[in-house]
Amino acid sequence: MANAVLAIAHAAKSFGGVQVLKDISLSVAKGDVLALIGPSGSGKSTLLRCATLLETLDGGTLRYDDIAVVEDGVYAPKEVLHAVKSRFGLVFQNFNLFPHLSVMQNITLAQTAVLHRSREEAAGTAWELLCKMGLADRADAYPCELSGGQQQRVSIARALAMNPGILFFDEPTSALDPELTGEILKVIRGLAAEHMTMVIVTHEIGFARNVADRVIFMAGGVIVEEGRPGDVIDNPRSDRTRAFLANLDRK
Amino acid sequence: MHFWPMVLALAKGLLTSTEIFALTLLFSLPLGLIIALGRMSKVGFVRQIFRIYISIMRGTPLMLQLFFFYFGPYYVFGIRLNKLSLFGVDYRFISVIIGFSLNYAAYFAEIYRAGIESIPVGQHEAAFVLGLTKPQTFLRIILPQVVKRIVPPVTNEVITLVKDTSLAFALSVMEMFTMAKMEAAAHTTMVPFIVAGVFYYVFNFAVAWSMERVEKSLNYYR
Ligand SMILES: Nc1ncnc2c1ncn2[C@@H]1O[C@H](COP(=O)(O)OP(=O)(O)OP(=O)(O)O)[C@@H](O)[C@H]1O
Ligand SMILES: [Mg+2]
Repeated sequence: MANAVLAIAHAAKSFGGVQVLKDISLSVAKGDVLALIGPSGSGKSTLLRCATLLETLDGGTLRYDDIAVVEDGVYAPKEVLHAVKSRFGLVFQNFNLFPHLSVMQNITLAQTAVLHRSREEAAGTAWELLCKMGLADRADAYPCELSGGQQQRVSIARALAMNPGILFFDEPTSALDPELTGEILKVIRGLAAEHMTMVIVTHEIGFARNVADRVIFMAGGVIVEEGRPGDVIDNPRSDRTRAFLANLDRK
Repeated sequence: MHFWPMVLALAKGLLTSTEIFALTLLFSLPLGLIIALGRMSKVGFVRQIFRIYISIMRGTPLMLQLFFFYFGPYYVFGIRLNKLSLFGVDYRFISVIIGFSLNYAAYFAEIYRAGIESIPVGQHEAAFVLGLTKPQTFLRIILPQVVKRIVPPVTNEVITLVKDTSLAFALSVMEMFTMAKMEAAAHTTMVPFIVAGVFYYVFNFAVAWSMERVEKSLNYYR
């Protein structure tokens, strides 16, 4: 997979002797939307955190396009690790907006500080994204003045402003009231329609089915099943997948 | 009546007290940040040094520390500094400023550290993924939020400092409390102490009022 946006091979990660990721391999092509599903504790967040350098892999390979981040468990030099951060974005479950900055400043800060865009250019990008997110009238608000759904839309805009090649979502709707999840799913669907490359960890199986090109079911630190949503979700081959899905249906 | 000359003498003392107060804040507020960062260093040895520094500064009386900085150079090293004066300021006053600054910096350091550690790890993570460097993250994300959180405990220390300036009487620096003692002894009256008390109170009232304004000005976010 030479031209995959993201390629992970044989990724391994332990926490205090407990192996949380065991030989995980996956790749995401440009424009692909991958949904990661699986029971609690299966290692989904850990996988995203390793991919975004928030955790370090114990072994395996991690590449973004042509940039080798980890090669057989060996990390690239600091400069490479810093530079590769411009290739991806991460949307957190609990938003992690900067509370002391306005919505506009949340979106412009990294553009000016990291990408060295001019204030005008950064504000222009932010403005465009805010309009797209339906938040043009909240540019001067502070995060504490927004609903959870609005905060999550700002955090998506903040990530998109950096023009990432791939965007990771870790349960982007889990911290939201049920009536607010719809607005976030709609935004993500919109991004999928624009062929944004995305990896989405979610418990919203219905959403995974209709937004994802591919679904990966993880359990106990391994990929149990992988394929098109129609296969993995509707006709799972593995008993574990079937049990997981049946359990969700009952809830 | 000696009332007005006495008030004038105390007012002069108040000026010296204010100088001790202002210079101590000027040096101890930034120094505290350096000590806090040292106390949180990844290098165990560095962390330990700053931990001991804070422990000593908080665990011994400020008055003793003032004596240490005033007499120490002579008793320990045989260096006579008490005749020394820098820009017309004698070493007596300088040692008071050194003692106060080093002592208060230790308290501020612990306040800063508590503030820095109270910022959710998600703030660091969001900044990291966006590509902000460590210094950028500290200066633009963490520190502004820390400032808001530490205003109340810093206010406490600043108010204590106003009253602590009276400890400089131990080195006979002509601050307000020293003046009050001299006036009281000279005229065998309590009035100078009462007037000094009023001055201290008004000073602190102004301090509390200003800090409340600072707190309010940071109330634009949660
Ligand atoms: N920093 C850590 N230190 C120790 N153990 C950890 C750490 N982070 C995660 N774990 C453990 O690793 C395992 C996988 O956790 P992870 O958060 O990746 O699961 P998940 O699939 O995202 O679950 P959920 O659906 O509940 O979010 C869990 O058993 C968890 O307790
Ligand atoms: Mg998780």
